[in-house]
Amino acid sequence: MALLEVRDLTVVFERKGEQPFTAVDHVSFDVEPGQTVGLVGESGCGKSVTSLAVMGLLPRRGARIGGTVNYEGVNLLALSDREMRDRRGRDLGMVFQDPLSSLNPVIPIGVQVTEVLERHRDMPRKKAMVEAEDLLDKVGIPDPRRRLSEYPHQLSGGMRQRALIAIALACRPRLLIADEPTTALDVTIQAQILALLKELVQDMGTALVMITHDLGVVAGLCDEVNVLYGGRVVEKAQRHELFAQPRHPYTHGLLNSIPRLDAPRGEKLSPIRGSVADNIPWEQGCAFAPRCPNALDVCVQRTPEQEDVGGGRLLRCHNPVQPVVTEEVSV
Amino acid sequence: MLRYTIRRLIQLVGVVLVLSLLLFAWLRALPGGPVSALLGERATPESREALTKQLGLDQPIFVQYVKFLGRALSGDFGVSTGVQPGDSAMEIFLQRFPATIELSFLAIVIAVALGIPLGYLAAKRRGGWFDNLSVAGSLIGVAVPVFFLAYVLKDVLSAALGLPTQGRQDAIGATRVTGFFVVDGVITQEWDAALNALEHLILPAIALSTIPFAVVFRITRAAVLDVLNEDFVRTAESKGLTSPVIRRRHVLRNAMLPVVTTIGLQTGALLAGAVLTEKVFSLPGVGQALAIGFERRDYPVLLLLIIMATVVYVVVNLLVDLSYAFIDPRIRTR
Repeated sequence: MALLEVRDLTVVFERKGEQPFTAVDHVSFDVEPGQTVGLVGESGCGKSVTSLAVMGLLPRRGARIGGTVNYEGVNLLALSDREMRDRRGRDLGMVFQDPLSSLNPVIPIGVQVTEVLERHRDMPRKKAMVEAEDLLDKVGIPDPRRRLSEYPHQLSGGMRQRALIAIALACRPRLLIADEPTTALDVTIQAQILALLKELVQDMGTALVMITHDLGVVAGLCDEVNVLYGGRVVEKAQRHELFAQPRHPYTHGLLNSIPRLDAPRGEKLSPIRGSVADNIPWEQGCAFAPRCPNALDVCVQRTPEQEDVGGGRLLRCHNPVQPVVTEEVSV
Repeated sequence: MLRYTIRRLIQLVGVVLVLSLLLFAWLRALPGGPVSALLGERATPESREALTKQLGLDQPIFVQYVKFLGRALSGDFGVSTGVQPGDSAMEIFLQRFPATIELSFLAIVIAVALGIPLGYLAAKRRGGWFDNLSVAGSLIGVAVPVFFLAYVLKDVLSAALGLPTQGRQDAIGATRVTGFFVVDGVITQEWDAALNALEHLILPAIALSTIPFAVVFRITRAAVLDVLNEDFVRTAESKGLTSPVIRRRHVLRNAMLPVVTTIGLQTGALLAGAVLTEKVFSLPGVGQALAIGFERRDYPVLLLLIIMATVVYVVVNLLVDLSYAFIDPRIRTR
């Protein structure tokens, strides 16, 4: 049985006097124990909302959530606020995008680590402090004892993110969700943080849901990748297959828009044209059609269904990119 | 931190000097004067002149000011001519100051004790009926004049609750130690006296607390709304922490900075409100002395009381600034 089974997860934001907005539309994916699954897409594709829905962190009012999120067979969406509170931080941990704003500026790092140990592992403060020191050491923070009494503004960006990872993993959850954990960091630090995450989830056997817009992150970390567009999964494949043969024009465009060192000098980047604002509703066709180089008439007339195209790949497209056997792909 | 404090205190000396000069000139520019106030309209020119000379008001104003400064340095602020004629201004201040401090302190305690929790609740339930009701209520709190509410409390509520409406304490022969009647009662363990003094304070304090309450409430609500949107609150939620821990440690702790600032700034409003409240409830405090002092043009008393009010205001706000460092470590290391 999969550790996490997300089935037809749908999140609709409703506001009085406004059109309801479907941020996540029947998204389904599985996460096996110890596996790393990527949710990829550009801003506004619903990847963060998906993670917040799984964590039960969406606001009660204004968000209508449908579908099921089974964690070890228990539907998290059906749990009470209290039961979900008991699980957050213990069974599911989360690392956020901006490490500075994600840490409380006015209390010491030590307390921010120990409070989760006190809450879920019933540790007395003293013992929790020892454990916290150990955790900070494990995530590679030098001089952890001194850091315990320091405040977030006294740490560097990379160290803050390490502290947040220590917090998220403090109770050894079986599932860790990382929402763009490297976006706010320097490139050199990004690599370190990704290496740390990879090492920790391997050591602890933690399953990881990696949310990112950066295909480089996916290439280095994920076993399976879900590409989201307009709140729906448009392509799902194993990492190697996805990079070797992107089938959905959107995935193809994402890969093509990465600047490459081995490209000839002066070659222009080929970004995906248009923006998310051009989307048409999924009910009328394919949301990506207005930006799609492969678009046909059918794309704006009929909604593409998700199809199993073999090799563990799911695709939602009327006119996918044809596999090119000889193309060499390096990322 | 120490250097900062010292610098602020030196600034305070400058503020007091400039203020005293302005006040000195301004008080003397008011129509009438202590002589008319003391002798009335029908006094003979001779007796007026004699009194003017006796009070030293015949000399040029800068000479008067320099003399005042010289005496003030040795703690002599002159003798009252109107509030309690014959008593020294300092005596009057020391006698009345505790009453005003007790009143203002209780008022700010009420304002904070109600304003912060209600502000938090309103923010948590933004847009709900509780939020709308309390925001409307706080508007009324700001809009209703202090003296009007004071009279309503005095004439309507006091009878219903059986609370006294005049003075600081009944004549029950309580022992005096500090001049703070409630504190005195506690120190000497004369619990009846303490309770009696508190009963005298409660209605004026409620009247005086409405504006600070409304302001503290609104600032807390706004600050909490801001903090609730912060990423670290979401992080705290993602740790599965219990609501009380999130509320105390993560939300309120961060929302306190603007609230504490507001409390400091409200000191001014409290002193202004105390004048009205003490008048309505016949409380012999600084506010009442100011009111009488203005009626009777009691220069020495007015000068000292206004300067002391300024000192209190500046010192309270200095304490507020210093408390930032305890609330926010980012300020500490600067």
